[in-house]
Amino acid sequence: MATTPKRKRGTTRADNQASSDDLLKYYREMLLIRRFEEKAGQLYGMGLIGGFCHLYIGQEAVVVGMQAAASNEDGVITSYRDHGHMLATGMDAAGVMAELTGREGGYSRGKGGSMHMFSKEKNFYGGHGIVGAQVPLGTGIAFSYKYRGENKVCMTYLGDGAVNQGQVYEAFNMAALWQLPVIYCIENNQYAMGTSTQRHSSSPDLYERGKAYGIPGEQVDGMDVLAVKAAGERAVEHCRSGKGPYILELKTYRYRGHSMSDPAKYRTKDELDKMRKEHDPIDMVKKLLIDGDIIDEAGLKDIDKEVKAEVAKAAEFAQNSPEPDVSELFTDILIDA
Amino acid sequence: MPIEVLMPALSPTMTEGTLAKWNVKEGDTVASGDVIAEIETDKATMEVEAVDEGTIGKLVIEAGTENVAVNQVIAYILEEDEDASALDNVSASSEPKKDAAPAKEEESSKEESSDKAPASASSNAAPVSASGAIERSDAEPRAMSVMNATQDEKTYTSFKTQTVREALRDAMAEEMRSDENVFVMGEEVAQYQGAYKVTQGLLDEFGDKRVIDTPITEHGFTGLATGSAFMGLKPVLEFMTFNFAMQAIDQIINSAAKTLYMSGGQLGCPIVFRGPNGAASRVGAQHSQCYASWYAHCPGLKVVAPWSAADAKGLLKAAIRDPNPIVFLENEIMYGQSFEVPDDEDFVLPIGQAKIEREGTDVTIVAFSIMVGKALKAAEQLAEQGISAEVINLRTIRPLDVNTIVRSVMKTNRLVTVEEGWHFSGIGAEIASVAMEHAFDYLDAPVARVTGEDVPMPYAANLEALALPQDSHIVAAAKAVCYR
Ligand SMILES: Cc1ncc(C[n+]2csc(CCOP(=O)(O)OP(=O)(O)O)c2C)c(N)n1
Ligand SMILES: [Mg+2]
Repeated sequence: MATTPKRKRGTTRADNQASSDDLLKYYREMLLIRRFEEKAGQLYGMGLIGGFCHLYIGQEAVVVGMQAAASNEDGVITSYRDHGHMLATGMDAAGVMAELTGREGGYSRGKGGSMHMFSKEKNFYGGHGIVGAQVPLGTGIAFSYKYRGENKVCMTYLGDGAVNQGQVYEAFNMAALWQLPVIYCIENNQYAMGTSTQRHSSSPDLYERGKAYGIPGEQVDGMDVLAVKAAGERAVEHCRSGKGPYILELKTYRYRGHSMSDPAKYRTKDELDKMRKEHDPIDMVKKLLIDGDIIDEAGLKDIDKEVKAEVAKAAEFAQNSPEPDVSELFTDILIDA
Repeated sequence: MPIEVLMPALSPTMTEGTLAKWNVKEGDTVASGDVIAEIETDKATMEVEAVDEGTIGKLVIEAGTENVAVNQVIAYILEEDEDASALDNVSASSEPKKDAAPAKEEESSKEESSDKAPASASSNAAPVSASGAIERSDAEPRAMSVMNATQDEKTYTSFKTQTVREALRDAMAEEMRSDENVFVMGEEVAQYQGAYKVTQGLLDEFGDKRVIDTPITEHGFTGLATGSAFMGLKPVLEFMTFNFAMQAIDQIINSAAKTLYMSGGQLGCPIVFRGPNGAASRVGAQHSQCYASWYAHCPGLKVVAPWSAADAKGLLKAAIRDPNPIVFLENEIMYGQSFEVPDDEDFVLPIGQAKIEREGTDVTIVAFSIMVGKALKAAEQLAEQGISAEVINLRTIRPLDVNTIVRSVMKTNRLVTVEEGWHFSGIGAEIASVAMEHAFDYLDAPVARVTGEDVPMPYAANLEALALPQDSHIVAAAKAVCYR
């Protein structure tokens, strides 16, 4: 991407040698997210998924790169654009898809929907529908790590639109003040619904938003999984060594509309096509795999087939799983004291 | 089998649309993500992308066709190993696919399921039966979570005199001693010892890891504390006053109260939001408001409002131990008042149980927080006039102790509610409904509500007194329902 990092220079691919296995892993993980989202879009079109459904297509390198830098013990929390994050933390595609269709087999037993899913087991803490609300919540998760002396980090994702919410700065201040192990991952996909960053932010450099609190920030090519991973590792190292929060601005792009019913008329077709053709995160890794003789076209096809099969299975489960029992209406409101 | 491409619904409400344009023709190869068609809905033109890869075998619907139903087959894609002959077996049906779930079907299944739904599992909901008819309870009130064993301070033998302020502090200190996960957070709670000195001494005993001064950041620290509660910590979050919690109400309701439900029971939130609520004295409109009905409105929260020091001690300990988010409404004017408190570390009061502060036979007066004292004073005056008033201290507002209220009304046949907050959608309105639903045949007069006047709180001493419920208002209301 065209943006030149200003403060800290993002690591480029050249100085980051990922192993062949790693590259194959990222390829597969990103492809799973993409195929999953395409399928979700299709099921939405069939009326099987209701309400709001925000797809992550185009942004796959962000969460896959960050998870590559994190450990399984670290926490993840994000907004409503959350399917990719769930798959990247290892949550089961079938359980996620069944939540999208509002079925018993979903992670929230059909009571959360596309925007509200959680997995304590995978340290995934949602799934939040109020723009910006996850930022103090994620900071609180980091607070609990510090309180208990656990050497974990909370990956707290937010959009470029969310950075303008006041509570984000309240959280930045406390995180810096109390040196909490939290990484604020700003997924700058250039738009908050139909409002471009130019139109919503007085300064385009969102990684500098922590400057007033002394929080280091980096701008990263969020379409390049290896650059994300490298920056993620620096951020994780910073947090784990007790130095407090870190901000990563991951410049990325969403290919689809904001949600399923958004025709995305606020941007040009050329802009989208250019991103897809020149910066696609999956194609980028594909090229590395082929050019590096790590795998051939036939091998890639096999991976595609496996991923497709996994997604097809998830979609089938999501359609066959029954709607939640009516008794579920009244469960999980309070815990028995 | 060739892959069917269906007319997609592009919004939650779309049932049909115009197939404006094909961007591909038969024989073209397509891959996932390729735009194959444009569709017009009532709102916008949208692109349709291929989800599968292959060759376009047949375009079933012509470009320009209007009113194409959602889920109708619009094209077939041949997979890699298929040729056109695979299309021989497919009938180009113009009917929407049955196995998909069009909006209509969804609706009817919804109706069905609400038919089967239990009327209500929650204890204080209106008794609407599955058939939709109102059940009128003639004898016993509907089964509530049974809380007949009155567990209150009377069962203790040793007491000490304490202010409400000290009782609150002791409750926190005792729970902090017994559970490492409990911590106190808020503005001025540590070094300053509390804006109202409620957290006095806690910093000394527990240190700054567990008694934490925050910046003036209600929205932020409420979200932060809520996030830590998702992880199993047990924050006691002090709002300098509940007026400032309006900054944070999104986190209290959308995050703390709803996440257990949204997560299918996975993420609990054991947190206490506490601080002074309601009018203090001469602090004007922005610092004098009762939030009881705001929070009591919301499922997923419990709302507690102590009056005496014993209430404060026993209920705050219960609130800290409770695995749910609790809004704990104190009152600044009560902080300095002294009461007898059981001298026992294990003294805990049950949440969800009201207390009959004074027994009577002619009229029931239901009050909470500072209004309990006013109700008791009114009861004295009523006694002098030959009216025997029963005074109920609600202690908990949600879940409401319907049993205690209804039993009392069945005995006295008359009901007065008292609250500092405004009448519209107030706690009194809820209690009046409860009486109507559960004890309609026992009421000998319409329920009377004594509430704050329907105005922002004025500053002038005389006007402020006029805006707030006084003993005299309660006496007048009680006499009115007794037709005296
Ligand atoms: C507090 C709040 N205001 C408005 C909305 C409606 N809304 C949902 S998403 C969105 C845009 C957010 O954009 P961004 O933060 O860039 O995230 P992205 O959707 O690009 O991932 C808006 C305005 C909301 N959910 N919450
Ligand atoms: Mg955005």
